[in-house]
Amino acid sequence: MIYREAGQFKSTYASDQAVFPILQDRVIATLALAAAVIGLPLVASEYWLQAVLIPFLIYALAALGLNLLTGYAGQVSLGTGGFMAVGAYSAFKITSAFPGLNIVVAFLLAGLAAALVGVLFGIPSLRIKGFYLAVATLAAQFFLIWLFNKVAWFTNYASSGTITAPPRRMLGVMVTGPEATAPVRYLTALALVALFAVIAKNLVRGRVGRSWMAIRDRDIAAEIIGVRPLRTKLLAFAISSFFCGVAGAEYVFLYLGSAETLAFDINVSFLVLFMVIIGGLGSILGSFLGAAFIVMIPIFLTNVPHLLGLAMPVALQKQIELMVFGGLIVLFLIVEPHGLARLWQIAKEKLRLWPFPY
Amino acid sequence: MLELLHAVLVAPFKDMAGSPTFLVEVLIGGLAAGLMYSLVALGFVLIYKASGVFNFAQGVMVLFAALTLVGLIERGAPLVVALALTMAVMAALAFAIERVVLRPLVNQEQIILFMATIGLNFFLEGFGEFAWGSDVKKLDVGIPDTSFMAWGVQVNRLELTAAITAAVLVAIMAVFFQRTRVGRALRAVADDHEAALSIGIPLNTIWIVVWSVAGLVAIVAGIMWGAKSGVQFSLSLIALKALPVLILGGFTSVPGAIVGGLIIGTGEKLAEVYWGPLVGGAIENWFAYMLALAFLLVRPQGLFGEKIIERV
Repeated sequence: MIYREAGQFKSTYASDQAVFPILQDRVIATLALAAAVIGLPLVASEYWLQAVLIPFLIYALAALGLNLLTGYAGQVSLGTGGFMAVGAYSAFKITSAFPGLNIVVAFLLAGLAAALVGVLFGIPSLRIKGFYLAVATLAAQFFLIWLFNKVAWFTNYASSGTITAPPRRMLGVMVTGPEATAPVRYLTALALVALFAVIAKNLVRGRVGRSWMAIRDRDIAAEIIGVRPLRTKLLAFAISSFFCGVAGAEYVFLYLGSAETLAFDINVSFLVLFMVIIGGLGSILGSFLGAAFIVMIPIFLTNVPHLLGLAMPVALQKQIELMVFGGLIVLFLIVEPHGLARLWQIAKEKLRLWPFPY
Repeated sequence: MLELLHAVLVAPFKDMAGSPTFLVEVLIGGLAAGLMYSLVALGFVLIYKASGVFNFAQGVMVLFAALTLVGLIERGAPLVVALALTMAVMAALAFAIERVVLRPLVNQEQIILFMATIGLNFFLEGFGEFAWGSDVKKLDVGIPDTSFMAWGVQVNRLELTAAITAAVLVAIMAVFFQRTRVGRALRAVADDHEAALSIGIPLNTIWIVVWSVAGLVAIVAGIMWGAKSGVQFSLSLIALKALPVLILGGFTSVPGAIVGGLIIGTGEKLAEVYWGPLVGGAIENWFAYMLALAFLLVRPQGLFGEKIIERV
C-alpha cells in the first residue's frame, strides 16, 4: 500500500524522465535531505558529526566516484587512495599558492588535477582488462604515495611531511582549519556530496552513462555499435578520479585537519571498494548505503564491548575487530552479493503490496 | 639536461661495468628475492587456475602458516612435528574456506569472490594474531643467515637454500600435476569446470585439495621469509609484492610465476641499486608495478598467460 504508484499519471515527457518518478520517492528524498540539512546539525553531538557523519559523507563521495568507474564502466580500480591523495595534496598546494581563492573552487581544481592523473593511469585500461587492470591500478596507488612522500615540494618543505588544512572562510564563516566548527564542515561536505550525487545520477542515465554500461557489459559489441572505447573509458577514469580527488581534498580539509600520505594508503582503496560492492555495484543510492555501512562497522565494534561492560586489552580488541570485520564482509557477500541497494529494492517491492498478500 | 641524461642512461651502466662482481652480487640478491616472490605468486596461480578465484589472502596465509609453525615450536614441539601439525592446520583451513566461503559463493562474479578473499584476509590477520600473539618472532630452521665466497662472489646460505627449496617444490608440483590422478583432475578442472564435472570429478574436493596445496606453498614461503626477516605482521604485505609478478607472468601459468618472480626480483634490485639514488630511493614499492605495467602494454595476458580470445 505504502509504495503503490497507482493513480500517478505522467502526462509530460519531463515527468516521465524525472529522477524520482514516484511521489513516495520524492517525499522520502526530500525528507531525508531536510533531515540531513536541518535536523542532524541540531540534534547530533560534536562526536557524531566529527567521527561518523563527516567521514560518511566524504567516503560516500569517493564511493560514488569509484562506483561510476567500477559499477557503471566496469573497470576495477584499486588506486582510489592514490587519486584521493592527488586531490588532497593539490588542494593543499592550490590553497597555499592562492590564499584568496574560495575553498570550494580549490576543491574543484584539486578534483581536476586528480582527473588528469586518473586519465594518465587509465590509459592501460585500453589494453588490459579485468584483474590484470585491477593490479595495474595498484601501480597508481604505490607510485603516487611514494611521490608525495619523496618530493618535499608537495608538502611545502614541511619537515614533518604532513599537510595541514589552512583556515579559510566562506560567506563569513570559517569552513576549514582548526577553528571551523563541526556543523559547518558537515554542511559543506553535505552540500558537495549532494551536488555530485545529482550530477552522477544525471550522468549515468544519460548518453555518457549508457555508453559506460555498454562498455561494461560487452566491450567489443559496444565498439561495434559505435561506442568509442578510448573516449568512454578515459572519461570514466577522469570523472571517477575527479570525484575521488574532491573527496580526498575534503578528507584532509574537512575531516582530518592534517594528514600524511599514510591516510591514503592501500587500505583506503580497499575500504572504498568494499563500500561500492556492499552498497551495490552500479547504484548511486548504493554508494551512500555502502559508505554508511562500512563507516559504522568499526564504530559499532569499538563501542559494543563498552556497552556490554567487557574490558579488553586494546590489542585483543583490535584483533577481534579485524576478525569480525572480515567475517561480516564474507557473510554479507554470501547473503546479498548484489548489495544493500538490492535489499532496498526488494523492500520497496514488498511495501508495494503490504499489508495485503497480493 | 645533458647531465641528467648522463646520470640516467650512462652512469649506472658505467658503474655496472666498473665492478662486475658487485653486479653479480646484486643480480644474485635480486634472483633470490625474486624466488621468494615466486613462492607467494605460486600459491595465487594454483588457486586462480583451479577455481578462478583471485585469492588476495595468499599473503596472509603465508603469515598465518609461519605464525602457526613458530607458535608450535615455541610451545615445545620438535620441528618435524610442528611442521606436520602446521600442514594439518593449513589443510583444515582449506576445508573451512571451501565450506564457509567458496561453496555459498559459487557462480558469483569474480569480483565478489575477490572481495570475499579480502574479507578472509582481514579475518585471518586478526585470527593469526589472536591465536599466536602479535610480537615479532624469530624463526630458526637451522640455516644460518651468513654468506660464503664462491668464485669471488658473496652468496648467502639462506638465499641459496631458498632457491634450492623453490626448485624442488616446483619439480614436485610438476610431477604431481602431470603424473598423479589428483593432479590430472586438477588440470581438468582448471581447463573447464563443467566438462570436469560431467565426467565425474568432484569440484568441492578439488577445491579443498588446491587450497591445501596453496597452503603448503604458503608454509614453505612462510619458513623462508620468516627465517630471513622474522615472523611478523609485515609478512602479509609480501602478497602485494607478488601481484606484479602475477601480472607479468600471467595469472594461469606456473612457469610464469617463477620467471616473472625472477624478472621482477632482479629488475627491482638493479633499479634500486643503480637508479634509486637518483630519485631518493625506496622505489622498490612501485617499480615492480611499473615494470609489469610497461610489459602488459605489449602483452596484455602476461608472459605465459593464456591468450585472451574474445567473442561477441
